[in-house]
Amino acid sequence: MFDFLSDYDDPTLLGAFWVTVQLTVLSAVGSLIWGTLLAAMRVSPVPLMRGFGTAYVNVVRNIPLTVIIVFTSLGLANIFGVTMGTEDLKDRAFRLAVLGLVAYTAAFVCEAIRSGINTVPVGQAEAARAIGLSFSQVLRLVVLPQAFRSVIGPLANVLIALTKNTTVAATIGVAEAALLMKEMIENEAQTLLIGAIFALGFVVLTLPTGLFLGWLSKRLAVKR
Amino acid sequence: MKLRKVSAAAATALVLALTATACGGDNGGDSSGSGSDGGKTIKIGIKYDQPGLGLKEPDGSFSGFDVDVATYVAKELGYKPDQIEWVETKSADRENALSRGDVKMIAATYSITDERKQKVDFAGPYLLAHQDLLVKADSDIKEGTDLNGKKLCSVTGSTSAQNVKKEIAPKAQLQELGGYSECIAGLQSGALDAVTTDDAILAGFAAQDQYKGQFKLTGLKLSNENYGIGVKKGDTETLNKINDALEKMVSDGAWEKAVKDNFGPANYKNEPAPKIGQIVQ
Amino acid sequence: MTSVLYDAPGPRAKRRNVLFSVVFFVLVALLLWWVWQTMDEKGQLEWALWKPFTTSEAWTTYLLPGLADTLKAAALSMVIALPLGAILGIARMSDHRWVRIPAGAVVEFFRAIPVLLLMLFANEFYVRSTGIPSDERPLYAVVTGLVLYNASVLAEVVRAGILSLPKGQSEAAMAIGLRKSQTMSGILLPQAVTAMLPAIVSQLVVIVKDTALGGVMIGFTELLNTRSTLAANYANVIPSFIVVAVIFVVLNFILTSFASWLERRLRRSKRSTGAVLGAEKVDDLNAAEVGGTYGTGAGGSI
Repeated sequence: MFDFLSDYDDPTLLGAFWVTVQLTVLSAVGSLIWGTLLAAMRVSPVPLMRGFGTAYVNVVRNIPLTVIIVFTSLGLANIFGVTMGTEDLKDRAFRLAVLGLVAYTAAFVCEAIRSGINTVPVGQAEAARAIGLSFSQVLRLVVLPQAFRSVIGPLANVLIALTKNTTVAATIGVAEAALLMKEMIENEAQTLLIGAIFALGFVVLTLPTGLFLGWLSKRLAVKR
Repeated sequence: MKLRKVSAAAATALVLALTATACGGDNGGDSSGSGSDGGKTIKIGIKYDQPGLGLKEPDGSFSGFDVDVATYVAKELGYKPDQIEWVETKSADRENALSRGDVKMIAATYSITDERKQKVDFAGPYLLAHQDLLVKADSDIKEGTDLNGKKLCSVTGSTSAQNVKKEIAPKAQLQELGGYSECIAGLQSGALDAVTTDDAILAGFAAQDQYKGQFKLTGLKLSNENYGIGVKKGDTETLNKINDALEKMVSDGAWEKAVKDNFGPANYKNEPAPKIGQIVQ
Repeated sequence: MTSVLYDAPGPRAKRRNVLFSVVFFVLVALLLWWVWQTMDEKGQLEWALWKPFTTSEAWTTYLLPGLADTLKAAALSMVIALPLGAILGIARMSDHRWVRIPAGAVVEFFRAIPVLLLMLFANEFYVRSTGIPSDERPLYAVVTGLVLYNASVLAEVVRAGILSLPKGQSEAAMAIGLRKSQTMSGILLPQAVTAMLPAIVSQLVVIVKDTALGGVMIGFTELLNTRSTLAANYANVIPSFIVVAVIFVVLNFILTSFASWLERRLRRSKRSTGAVLGAEKVDDLNAAEVGGTYGTGAGGSI
């Protein structure tokens, strides 16, 4: 029943899921950085930056991810000539997918962090200002470190969603799990069995992450 | 306090109402469900997005070679054109759509392969197509091996893409995208060097007004694709009727006419009508 | 607008802010100009590619039917997922182990599977065990997939919201002799839902976007799916994506605007009835610990 799995060696089932993991980790790191910057913009003293942050989040969050990912390939790469520093199409598709996932996920990270900033008691920021810290010092040294601890739960949810969202990268030809699944379905004509195998793969990837981060968020929660 | 109680009650009522409507919606759907075989119509699966083969036109009608063949076959089975219900069958869903009985038959660039034959039965073939390359009109790609180092596009997970990766040009750079339209847009913008799939499909796109004169087919026969009409496994009665209809279609010249109507503008040199049951490996 | 994060700007800070604004504006403007210029160069602004969108056929044959299906699936999913999510969330906090544990398992399980696969399985389930006609089945399968996933996520939102309410609320409710179910439906749930509206709305936006997954494999004729048929006809891939993206942004913008209007109303009514939670407190509650998930943007295309 499962013997067809051994027909696939470029990539293998495990290899394809490894690409999924790579996509997830790189996009997670990237979107954490870009999302934090966006959140900083949204609470910054410069009105135009606030406006940009708000507009970015509201536009990007409302577009289906598939459209964003397709844009990176057909738009950024093909029309605007953004080659991501490589002429190799496989590498380029991978990097474009990371870019698209970062752009999209950052909007959700930004909102999570912004809500985290709201949980920090007003007195903290006031005290920081009273001792003469500037905006960026208040944010970096006092507010964000506390905010991050309280948003591990929501960020874990974003990470789980991101893991599953990497499957959209298949639409621009990144050889990750979903692309292998499409290939298998095309060849084998047993959609359900193949679907079940891949569903199991994602459960294995996301369940432990969710449970671990859930535990971590309880441990690190700021006791008030 | 009173007001809060009211709002709480309202919230509860709302939740209940939503649940009720939800269930109501479900039940309504169930009871209105009349079997798919009701009435004298026939459901035929086609592609909606392949010019020249199966395309949903702006006025809501359908055109293409697959559509013409299916219409002819349906006529032989006793259905007028207005009794045909067209259904879009995506590549990944074709076997399931047949085995579930969603559609009576599928004529959607459906190549006959051994794996698929285990799941469904095929009438025909009614067209012999080949995997080919679409390149820019001034391109110097002539052979499969010219592709090494070039940028080649195909649809995600398709057999054509796998074929190129494994056999024709292992060193070609393969870009897999969601649809042929996307590939061809990339070809037009110069970001890609060639698009590969069955020549019949490529010809249809190349003949579109927007693209006329910009592309050419290389005429390489990289594989043989025998297009058949899929029916549910074991539905021999329909299968035989379809085969008879296809034979008649070829003999009375309707096949030739359909080819001319659909592939003529595309300047596509098709293979002669295949014999029923004769699969070119 | 003032913030606790920075002092009211003095003359120097004002000058600096203006400078930042100008630099930022110039950068954004340059970027936009470059985008416009390149698109023009590559022929993407040609009228022939955009003209189809001014004809009524493009809308009546492709886009509007697609939009209608998208809206239908999204609306049904919301209406079913919201109460189901609330029930699952409450069940997960039950005092009874035999309620709590199954509810928790359901939530964790359905959150972990890509929505598209849920739709695929739901489709197959309906084939095998119901008589839903085949042209309606994709809608049922899409709604089922969306409901299973989003109800699980919403369950977590509701749970986090109820947990974040001050303990005194449920204690006071019990003290005046309310039963557990009365405490939940009369005291805790209404407050939690108000406080969690932003997170709930984010998830509703996810539902609208995820209807697009129905077109990938089970042939649901939603907007992105009809877009590909349209693009095959008019050979305008990039413009068609842009138009569909704009439609989605507008759609979700209407949804979020409605939600924030609702939120303002709910808060106002609260204050006027002298609720225990003051307006500022509610602001705090909107924060992450309440949100549980501040919109996940989930989905995935497999």
